[in-house]
Amino acid sequence: MEKSLNWREFVITRLIKASGYSAILFVALIFFFLVREGFPTFAEVESKSLFNIRWYPIEDYFGILPLITGSLIVTIGAGLIAVPFGIGTAIYISEIAPRWMREILKPLVELLGGLPSVVIGFLGFLVLSPFLRVFLDLPTGLTALTGSLLLGGIAVPTVVSVAEDALDAVPRAYREGAWALGATRWQTIWRVTLPAARSGVLTAVMLGLGRAIGETMTVMMVTGNAPVLALKLGSLFSPVRTMTATIAAEMGEVANGSTHYHVLFFIGMVLFLISLGVNIAASSVVFRAKKRAERILS
Amino acid sequence: MKRFILPGIALLTFIFIQSCGPASPAEAAPDSAAYIENKGSDTIVNLALAWAEKYQSEHPEVRISVTGGGSGTGIASLINGTVDIANASRKIKEEEIDQAKSNGIEPVEHIIARDAIAVIVNPENPVSELTLKQISDIYSGKYSNWMEVGGDDRPIVRLSRETNLGTHVYFLETVLRLGNSDDQTLFSMDTLLLPSSEGIIAELRQNPNAIGYDGLGYVPKDLKVIAIAKEEGGSYVLPSIATVNDKSYPIARDLYMYTDGEPTGMIKEYLDWILSPEAQEIVAELGFVPVGDQ
Repeated sequence: MEKSLNWREFVITRLIKASGYSAILFVALIFFFLVREGFPTFAEVESKSLFNIRWYPIEDYFGILPLITGSLIVTIGAGLIAVPFGIGTAIYISEIAPRWMREILKPLVELLGGLPSVVIGFLGFLVLSPFLRVFLDLPTGLTALTGSLLLGGIAVPTVVSVAEDALDAVPRAYREGAWALGATRWQTIWRVTLPAARSGVLTAVMLGLGRAIGETMTVMMVTGNAPVLALKLGSLFSPVRTMTATIAAEMGEVANGSTHYHVLFFIGMVLFLISLGVNIAASSVVFRAKKRAERILS
Repeated sequence: MKRFILPGIALLTFIFIQSCGPASPAEAAPDSAAYIENKGSDTIVNLALAWAEKYQSEHPEVRISVTGGGSGTGIASLINGTVDIANASRKIKEEEIDQAKSNGIEPVEHIIARDAIAVIVNPENPVSELTLKQISDIYSGKYSNWMEVGGDDRPIVRLSRETNLGTHVYFLETVLRLGNSDDQTLFSMDTLLLPSSEGIIAELRQNPNAIGYDGLGYVPKDLKVIAIAKEEGGSYVLPSIATVNDKSYPIARDLYMYTDGEPTGMIKEYLDWILSPEAQEIVAELGFVPVGDQ
């Protein structure tokens, strides 16, 4: 009896361990594959033309700068929308809303998160972009801003559900302590609860941004896909082409093993490195914050 | 949503059929007469696939394998004797004919459909006639306001299909570069590249600043088609089956199939069927112009 229990324990422990390690293995494999397919780019395309401002692959113009700036401007725009709205909603649900309201809001937000991105893109294309064109008097409604608004909407549910969990996990004693000291509700939220849930909230923001930068279908449908360098604020109101949309639109018909094919994988590599960089930056901030907190407590 | 998914399904089917293609010779090998190898132009590949599917469903004893790769690839395969029918969206070149002859192959040309591109604008746009040069200057970015071509004071928003489509390349060569192969003109960088025909049409429908182009068969009735003149002072022609077939509309081309010698047997039956009204109906469904006067 005892022995079989041990044996079972052994197997289960190993299984859990293996699934944990498998995440690392998969990321490593994906990166290895991207590098293998993307690395020949350096041999085939001069770095001068790779960091050029024209992307027109059928005539061998492989400038990826417009694509990188396009992705960044759309993602930053989405972040500016998703972070305040997402955290605000999370605070409302977790701290302010009465119980019945919370029970309606939470599933609704989760439902919003479950909407397929192609549906959101379709709505954006047929409703939001014509509206923005008339409302802001733009030449066309297919702009970076349209993409940002929709991606912001897509990222909000992710931010809300993770941030709300983090706020919920803050012990009730913290709030009660603050109230007992005479803090108002707002002071409690802003000075006590939110800082206490900081690492979870930061994770929520990172996951939301990750969702936004990797989103493909929606941006491909609403940003117009014109590979223009987007450096000024005004670029937000003109069409852009993102890295994800480029890969999705062009990978289907590209000849296997051609320069264009390698450059598309190179773009994938750049995307991967950007998300990796964002994640490392975020976790180092969380890590530092924790250390300081531990110092104070000890 | 359906509008965006359909091309995706078409693409998947295409990939699936393509990946099945090479496997079929083994099955059909014993009776080589019943196996037709068809390869070439990516512009025609969907049409060729649709024909092959329909024909095979009516003649289960015939197996047709269709692959893309481009007109050059198709003709090269014909020269090497590895395909029965080569698809091409351009005429065979002199040197290719010479090459074929030295290999003992006699390429015979069949015009199987025509491809016309309509230039379209929003119905509110007062511009209804343009010369090829004007369209070229609009798309290359030389003109950026409709006033410059006799329209309202509005910015021009250029719409195009994605770069990997045959239509995009054909438009680049015939319109932007006016058929001049040394010309290096490119699309203006702020040209919107939309992932589907429906995307172009939906944007044109609601945006009076936009100009777009697409295969004639895809253009709905509620959009305004531009009449085009080859040169300044020439007559402006609207695209239609009649003007494409009598060659007065300038942005149109013939689509070809090439065989080795006059076709016989199975291949002749297939090519005859392709020119029949039943098969030409598929041509119109896929946005091309049928040959003949239907």
